Amino acid sequence: MRGFGIRALHVELSEGRLTSDDLIRDSLAAIEEADGQVRAFLRVTGERAFAQASPKEKVTGAPALSWLTGIPFAAKDNLCVEGVPTTCASRILEGYVPPHTATAVRRIESAGGVLIGKVNLDEFAMGSSTENSGFYPTRNPWDLTRVPGGSSGGSAAAVAAGFVPYALGSDTGGSIRQPAAFCGVVGLKPTYGLVSRFGLVAFASSLDQIGPLTRSVEDAAIVLQGIAGWDERDSTSVQVDIPDYLASLTGDVGGLRVGVPTEYFETDMDRGVRDRVMEALDALRQLGAEVRPIRLPHTRYALSAYYLIAPAEASSNLARYDGVRFGVRAKDAANLLTMYERTRSAGFGPEVKRRILIGTYALSSGYYDAYYKRAQQVRTLIRQDFEAAFAEVDVIVSPTTPTPAFRFGEKADPLTMYLNDIYTIPVNLAGLPAISVPCGLQDGLPVGLQLIGRPFDETTLLRAADAYERVSGFASLRPTALGEVQ
Amino acid sequence: MEFETVIGLEVHVELRTRTKIFCGCAVEFGAAPNSRVCPVCLGSPGVLPVLNEEALKLGIRAALALSCEVRLSSKFDRKNYFYPDSPKAYQISQYDEPIGEHGCVMIAGTSAPRSIGITRIHLEEDAGKLTHSPFGDASLVDLNRVGIPLIEIVSEPDLRTPDEARQYLEELKSILQYCGVSDCRMEEGSLRCDANISLRPVGQTTLGTKTELKNMNSFRNVVRGLEYEQERQRAVLLAGGAVVQQTLRFDEATGTTIVMRSKEDAHDYRYFPDPDLPRIELTQAYLDARRAEIPELPAQMRARFEQVYGLPAYDSLVLTSTQGLARYFDVAASQARDPKAVSNWLMGDVLGYLKEMSQEIDTQLMRPEQLAQLLRLIDDGTISTKIAKTVLRDMMTSGQDASAIIEQQGLVQISDEAALREIAERVIAANPKSVEDWRAGKEKALGSLVGQMMKETKGKANPQLVNRLIADMLRE
Repeated sequence: MRGFGIRALHVELSEGRLTSDDLIRDSLAAIEEADGQVRAFLRVTGERAFAQASPKEKVTGAPALSWLTGIPFAAKDNLCVEGVPTTCASRILEGYVPPHTATAVRRIESAGGVLIGKVNLDEFAMGSSTENSGFYPTRNPWDLTRVPGGSSGGSAAAVAAGFVPYALGSDTGGSIRQPAAFCGVVGLKPTYGLVSRFGLVAFASSLDQIGPLTRSVEDAAIVLQGIAGWDERDSTSVQVDIPDYLASLTGDVGGLRVGVPTEYFETDMDRGVRDRVMEALDALRQLGAEVRPIRLPHTRYALSAYYLIAPAEASSNLARYDGVRFGVRAKDAANLLTMYERTRSAGFGPEVKRRILIGTYALSSGYYDAYYKRAQQVRTLIRQDFEAAFAEVDVIVSPTTPTPAFRFGEKADPLTMYLNDIYTIPVNLAGLPAISVPCGLQDGLPVGLQLIGRPFDETTLLRAADAYERVSGFASLRPTALGEVQ
Repeated sequence: MEFETVIGLEVHVELRTRTKIFCGCAVEFGAAPNSRVCPVCLGSPGVLPVLNEEALKLGIRAALALSCEVRLSSKFDRKNYFYPDSPKAYQISQYDEPIGEHGCVMIAGTSAPRSIGITRIHLEEDAGKLTHSPFGDASLVDLNRVGIPLIEIVSEPDLRTPDEARQYLEELKSILQYCGVSDCRMEEGSLRCDANISLRPVGQTTLGTKTELKNMNSFRNVVRGLEYEQERQRAVLLAGGAVVQQTLRFDEATGTTIVMRSKEDAHDYRYFPDPDLPRIELTQAYLDARRAEIPELPAQMRARFEQVYGLPAYDSLVLTSTQGLARYFDVAASQARDPKAVSNWLMGDVLGYLKEMSQEIDTQLMRPEQLAQLLRLIDDGTISTKIAKTVLRDMMTSGQDASAIIEQQGLVQISDEAALREIAERVIAANPKSVEDWRAGKEKALGSLVGQMMKETKGKANPQLVNRLIADMLRE
């Protein structure tokens, strides 16, 4: 069953050939066999999974099981699950057990989905490699000397390694799409406001969005169907009609207008990545899509704007980890200020500290106008760029990342690391939906193709991605580093 | 040198909602510590605030009642600071787009009525309450108050004396109470006041250096604190010194102010728009609906009482001190022959007895219609004013009609001249000394005889009649 998609597993369960317990056992066995090498999981919740699993018995007849019933999944460890420790891969939250469950997880569990465990990430979702995890980095199942990407590196690696058919991640500046690209899986960041953020530990509230990492576009559509929709507990979630995503996967992209942003190809892009993306564009052309260049003139300011807005929000969101109520408290501090300082110095890793400092600075009196406010103005310009482009095209296509997965320690300089998100960040600033699908290999490593859609037009986005995936044949690619597991 | 005092007030008022501003926790005073909390108000990782529309409605109603312009589009901001009273380490407030601006409140003033400007009114959440151990070894945190909706009302520096500050607070309090916006109970902390005060030479238009006063737990202490600070600053200036910009704490025990922090320690709150809350977008119809919720306000009621019932200004001021009393008077006066008599009874015996019983007009049992009836019984001579005072007390505690009480207790006034003459003869016969005194020119002796009459009739004799009767009989 390892490597089966959600549809295949659903059929096995519905036709009584397997039970949910079988799937859990299989998932736990795969983790047992290979997660020692991959290290995707921070916590495996096998007992809880068996307790919740259904159907227990092999079903007969044709029961109306929902798509996700009985199927295991993993959740990034910044998604709260009641009673299950949630760390955000940070030492400062060690021992924290949330009293509430994230709406996205709750919706999957209500549909019968079975949580297998919590997976690794860069601390508080800040990073592009999982090297910033406060516990240990996750390795790329395609090459254990390389990073899986981040921050949802654990989610991507767990799906790529065949531990689970799908995982939930979160995407603030590319944190679903970039690891999906690095690990050769599908990663979908929905439109801001489509999926409730309730229960997602906030990094940058105006950018964060929960989404699925899967082995196929079809699976992404199925999971999105399960988690999308307005939530009274998140005021930024939007009341829109949720379409039938699966029904939108017609394979037909005839006449679809595909825009290719000139500015993206003017950046420092790996030759092989460029070639794979060009091949993908050819494939789309052959399917009847109309490919044309578009301009996104403010692209070059996106990274700077992002690295002011996201840290500014983070500096406020992470202020609550002060040792008073959550997680670890520094002992024997003589006074309140010392307790705060020692707790936060010991509890946060260097990247989190860096961003808190940047964000605090950007919001400080006298600097607010020059940094935070200016960045918000740039954000508006970037949104307008996309609006103008979407007047001419239906989807925008680009590489997900400038390079395939890099080696551990290769990007020690934070700025070099930040550049990895250059194609994904503008999407978050504009609140748009985007998906990364595998578009081939370069030197044995997966390359990701990013498709960007109009706000709340996930149907067109998924239709285009699915049509490409059907002809590309890359959905069946499996990582090589864990031979016998696959 | 002559100085002018300049005072501006910042008032925090808890809104009377059933639940908190961003979560469903109950708003209750006096609950066990940390018993009215949930993951949202505790700021647990992953939770999000959702605005309680009732808080927004009350905030808008308050802004409109205080003649503010209300923004159709506003937003919430985060005020960032580290302190254990704030579990998120930021307070959700409104920074540069407050819900209401440019309002005013009329006060009686020192010599003439004055309009006191309101700079702004904004919505925010309350913080928790810290209790510091007297041994200095611990601080106890109660987070029940976290997330209770507040409005902060900032006045212009228009107040000129500590007493004007008191007048402003009294008026503000009654307006907000009338609107049902808040209980405004300072002793329970549902109304809190900080004051900014500075002095400047008379004639100068620029403001002097101010100090900010905190920790005043009653209107009286606001006045005390401001009076102390006014004199302290005057002394500093007269001695050729300069006032230092500081935040001061009023010490109730000594009646003095103590320095809490100076300007150099000022926080940088790093305000920025809260990304978890969408902008507040309102329609004119929504504001009109809020305006329709505002009842007749104290100033309007005072004017009406003076015009319609011919009350003196003092009476209308006292009677409108609470909405309950004002409405009570309104009903009783509309059914009475003499509204001023209703006012006298309310301001005198009724308020006196309420104070004695530690009750409010709304908690005692006599209805305003019943008070009007009591006054009619005095008017038509059924009972004397003296008897009425006793009957009134009975009515307020039993809720019975005056006529029923008079009937049961046989209190009907004796106005039968023949019956009274008979008693008077007995009294005169039994008090030859008094009669002698009267004849010797001692007017007082008449009173003694009248008193004896009242005693004989257990107070029921018609006093005017008795007076005339005894005088006539003595002359005979």
